[in-house]
Order: sequence, then structure tokens, then C-alpha cells
Amino acid sequence: MTGAAALAWLRTRLFSSWWNACTTLVILYVAWRVAPALLNWALMDAVWSPADGALCRETPRHGACWAFIAEKSQFILFGTFPADQQWRPALVILLLLSLYALSAWRVLAPGRLALIWCSVLALIGALMWGGIFGLPYVENERWGGLCLTLLLSTFGLAFAFPLSILLALGRRSQMALVRSLCIGYIELIRGVPLISVLFMASVMLPLFLPAGLSIDKLLRVLLAMILFAAAYLAEVVRGGLQAIPQHQEEAAMALGHGYWQRTVYITLPQALAISVPPLVNTFIGFFKDTSLVVIIGLFDFLTAIRVSLSEPRWSGFGVEAYLFAGLGYFLFCYPMSRYSQRFESRSRGGGLALDEIRGANGKT
Amino acid sequence: MDSENTRHAHARRHFFPPRRRALVYQTLLAAAVLLTVGYFISNAVENLLARRIASGFAFLFRQAGFEIGESTLLSYSASDSYLKALTVGLLNTFRVALPAIFFSTLIGGVLGLGRLAPNWLLAKAASSYVEVARNVPLVVQLFFWYSVITETLPAPGEALQPVPGLFISNRGMALPSLLWQFPVTLDYPELIGFNFSGGLSLSPEFTALFLGLTLYTAAFIGEIVRAGILAVHRGQIEAGRSLGMNERQVMRFIVLPQALRLIVPPLTSQYLNCTKNSSLAIAIGYPDLVAIANTTINQTGQAIEGVAIIMFVYLSISLTIAAAMNWYNAQVALRGGAA
Repeated sequence: MTGAAALAWLRTRLFSSWWNACTTLVILYVAWRVAPALLNWALMDAVWSPADGALCRETPRHGACWAFIAEKSQFILFGTFPADQQWRPALVILLLLSLYALSAWRVLAPGRLALIWCSVLALIGALMWGGIFGLPYVENERWGGLCLTLLLSTFGLAFAFPLSILLALGRRSQMALVRSLCIGYIELIRGVPLISVLFMASVMLPLFLPAGLSIDKLLRVLLAMILFAAAYLAEVVRGGLQAIPQHQEEAAMALGHGYWQRTVYITLPQALAISVPPLVNTFIGFFKDTSLVVIIGLFDFLTAIRVSLSEPRWSGFGVEAYLFAGLGYFLFCYPMSRYSQRFESRSRGGGLALDEIRGANGKT
Repeated sequence: MDSENTRHAHARRHFFPPRRRALVYQTLLAAAVLLTVGYFISNAVENLLARRIASGFAFLFRQAGFEIGESTLLSYSASDSYLKALTVGLLNTFRVALPAIFFSTLIGGVLGLGRLAPNWLLAKAASSYVEVARNVPLVVQLFFWYSVITETLPAPGEALQPVPGLFISNRGMALPSLLWQFPVTLDYPELIGFNFSGGLSLSPEFTALFLGLTLYTAAFIGEIVRAGILAVHRGQIEAGRSLGMNERQVMRFIVLPQALRLIVPPLTSQYLNCTKNSSLAIAIGYPDLVAIANTTINQTGQAIEGVAIIMFVYLSISLTIAAAMNWYNAQVALRGGAA
């Protein structure tokens, strides 16, 4: 940009009117007052190495204490997974990240992608549990940290998504009973907070199972998350189905296709393709919602950080701990949200529709 | 001559026409659902018998026996019933959700307009805020604000006083309240001993929940407002300008009335979310409905009833808001239009 162009930009974007110029000056003044203190606290004066832990507890406070996050990093990433086996959850995290990247890239046909998902998820199960290929067995009470958060959200979505398609189709069904059961289910789940569904899984479900049978807590919670996510995803899929013009279905009918052929080959692929942005927004909401398991005491990323904080040596550094937790979630959610926004501007030519923000993002 | 296949197809159509097929499917589905539900119920009855828990809602009238940190809207003591404890919880839910809805609408409106402002810095600041708040889970934000209040703020003795009468300390906020007498006067909080008395005292739990909920919901409302304004057709704005209106008039008389029609439906669903999200109160120890129902479940073992109460209350709120929204939509719908 040349000097003249820069000047023109400044004039139009920052100083176009008195009111505009005042706003600019006020923002610059606030930034000038706040930013140095914040930077000093967070970076310059911060304590980074656990060896300097004593500095954290000095008064007056030194700066931000990132030391305990460094010390607890293994616990925050992998929970209490046996130390000599931690390459397994590390590999699982890498596998999951590449799975996300591969799906976002959209070069593979949906069928092949689904096949890859199934085999990678099976591989992940084998890696985490062990007991085969000479890997020692690790019970799932010891899984935890970031790895568990990713597992919960990935497995949750992988199971909720097919279920949501069935629910969405059921809600549009000609059969009155199927339709009303689906509507009842979707509206019931969407009307209550996630925490009540989690309570249902943690305290109520054991009552409904026969006396001898018990499902462990992780699977119960996963089940609750699946049932919860399916209701929200179903509404997104239904939105996509509704947007497909009626004549698509009629044309398929005229060609003599039955219901499942019409659905699987004609309507559903189109519906899913246009619902990518709201689906991704729902995924973001679901990923954030996994943090609620902290309330019923499952060892996810957030719980691991919270437990690290309860150690007397490191208590009183909640601000740092939750800033770090927030950063962790942000690093996953923000790329997803950019992806969905980019998709949207590509498919709509820059226009914005309200359906997108009505997507489930932010619901609990 | 009919081939084997066509004959089969004919036979299938004859014995299994779509209508009869639908009937068979639905009967099978109904049977499956009823059997599953019946199986669960019979298990539950057995389990409850084994644990000597009497099902039903009679426990509501028993003495609760636990104290509630905050029961400002209704006087409550440990000797009151579970029913009263749950009522206090419900009132506490509304006590935090309604102010959060009000303030998040204000802040959200400012954010939505701010992102569309001609000023580059303002637009960037507003959109950075929205991105951060939307992409971090609410529980994390609540823990964060709670830590900020309890760890970094001074004790009541050295409370911050940004404006006279408003005290901010690690014990929460204290602000002047109205005394409903004649003439109406302000009751200022005063530091007595280690805490404030008089005025309106807000606990750190309430303050953190209110702050977190408001700032989180505001980001979503900001997006709704922005999208609503952007959805108004450009031609409308140009037509307004060509009639000689200035920017403010175009906004006031052309854009906002049309944007509002689009903004209100998603806005109500955000209000609903805000109310549901207030159930995260339990994470930081604010006694809302869910927190008290949870204590009740732990004390009485009445898990089914407890969860049913939570679900019933939230469903009623959802359905009420949905009904109100439908009514509003009918009021503002374009007559004879496709909207």
C-alpha cells in the first residue's frame, strides 16, 4: 500500500467524521492504558517454569503464573493414563486431528470418508483400551484430559449424526406415529438444559437397568451426549431437507424410485451439502458443551485443569487456569467457525441468512 | 408372459399396499417403544423396592433440612419443605436469567451495530469480542469470572468504588437499592464489620453467573442483530437515501423496522438459551433450580422425580416462550405475503 492509499484508508475508515474520529481516539486511549499492564502481567512478568513455582506465591504477585500448567501438562493432556503408555493417547489426538483435517478438506467421496471414519474410530478404541496387539489394558476411568474431551465430542458426533438423520426423516414421515414420536423426542430434548440430560444419565439411568447390569459412567455420559446432540442436529438436517425443492423428489418418484432410493440418492445428499455451515455451528456448540461433564465429575480437559488447581501448592491461580482452558477450547472452535463462515460466503455469494445463527450454537 | 420378478412385485403390491405397510411398521414401532418403556419401568420399580425408595412426589412436603445461600425473594430456612426449597431455586433462576436477558440485549445491540460501524477499530473490536465469547464454553467463562472476583478483587474493607455507592469486592457487589416508602429514597450499602449491610448485596456467585451469562449471550445476540440488519435489502436503504433521508433516519425508519421482523424469532430462542444456560449455576455454587434439585436428589434418592421436575419446569418455560413468539410472529407477519 502506498502512502497516499494508506492515508486515504485512514481517512475513510477511522476519521471520516467527528464522531468517527472521537471513537477512534477513545479506543486508542483505552488500548494504550490497558494493553501494557496486561502484556506485562501475561508475558513479561509471568512465571513460566515450574522450578520457579515459589515466585508465583510471592507477594506482591509477580505476574501470571503459567508454571503450574507446564507442570501439569501431561495430566491436562492425557489424564491419569499410565505414564509409560502415554504415547497411545498422544497418537489418538494426532489421529483425531488428521481425521478432522481430512473431513474438512472435502476431497474424498462421502462413502469413502465414512469408511475411513469407522476404521479410524475402531483403531482409536483399540489404542485407548488396549488388550490387543500386546498393548496392556487400560480401563476407561484412567482416560482423561484433552484426549477425553476430543474422544467425547468425536464419538458423540459420529453416533449422533446418523441418528439425527433418522430423526429428521422421521419428523417428515407420512406415518403419524413415527412423526409424532420424532417431534416429541426432538422438542423434549431441545426444551431442557443439557445438564438435566446429563443428570438423567448419571443418576437416573442406573435405576432403569436390571439390578446386575451396570454401564460405566463414561459410556452413560457419552450416551446422554449422543441423545442430546441428535435432537439439535436433526433440526439442522430437517432445515436442509425442507430447502430441497419438491420437484427433486417428484422427479425421482416419476423414475420409479422407492422411498429409500429417493432419500439416499436424491434428497439427502443435497440437503446435507447445503447444511454444512449450520452443521458445523452445531458441532462447535457440541464441542463446547462437552465441558459440562465437569459438573458430573468426568475427567475431561476442563476437569483436569480444575483438579490441578485444587492442589494446595497451586491454588489461587484460577484466572490463569481458566484463561488457559478458554484458549484451549478457542483453538478448536475458532477454526471451525472460520470454516463454516467461509463455506457460507462461498455458497451464498456473500449474503447472510438468519437460519445460520438459529443453528444450535450456544445452546445448552 | 410375466417374468418371475414382476409377478413377485404384483403379489407384494397386492398383499402389502403402502397403506397397510405403514400400518404394520407403526404397529411394530409402537410395540417396540411400549416394550422398552415397560422394561425400564419394571426395572425401576424393582430397583426402587430394593433401595427402599418410595416413588412419587410425597417427599416434596418433607422437611428439606439444608440451608440455601441465597433466598432473597422468599424467606426460607432449613426447616421448610423440599417444595419450598425448589421454589426458592426457581425464583433464583429467574432472578439471574431476567436481568441477564435484559442487559445482554442492550450489549448485544451495541455489538451488532458496532460490527457494522464505519469505524474500522470499533468494528474489529466488536467482532473480536464476539469471536472470543462465542468460541469459549460458558462454563469456562463462569469459572473465569468467579476466579477474577474471588482471587483478584480486594476484601470488602478496601472495596473498589468506581461510582459512589457501588462497591466491588471479593464478596461480590453492593449497590444502592430503592426503599419503597414515601418519598422513595435510596438505601446505600455501608461497610459494617467485614461485610456490607443495607442496599442490595449481590454474592460473588450471583455476580459471576450474571456477568458470564450476560457477556456470553450478548455475543450471540450481537450476531443476530448484525445478520438481521444485513438481511435488509440494499435497495431499501438506497430508496430511503434517495428520498432525502439522512443515515440516522434510514436506520430508524427503514432498516430497523424490517430487521426487527427477522431479529425477533432467533432473539427469543437466545432468551430461552440464556434461561437454560443459567442452569450452569451449579458449577459455581449459585443455588438455582437445578442446583437445589440436585441436592434434593442426593438427599432423598428420588432421582426420577428430581430430573422430571427440572425437565417439566424448563419445558414449561420453553413452551411459554414459543407460544409468545408465535403470537408475535402472527402480529408482525406481512399480510398476504410469503414471509
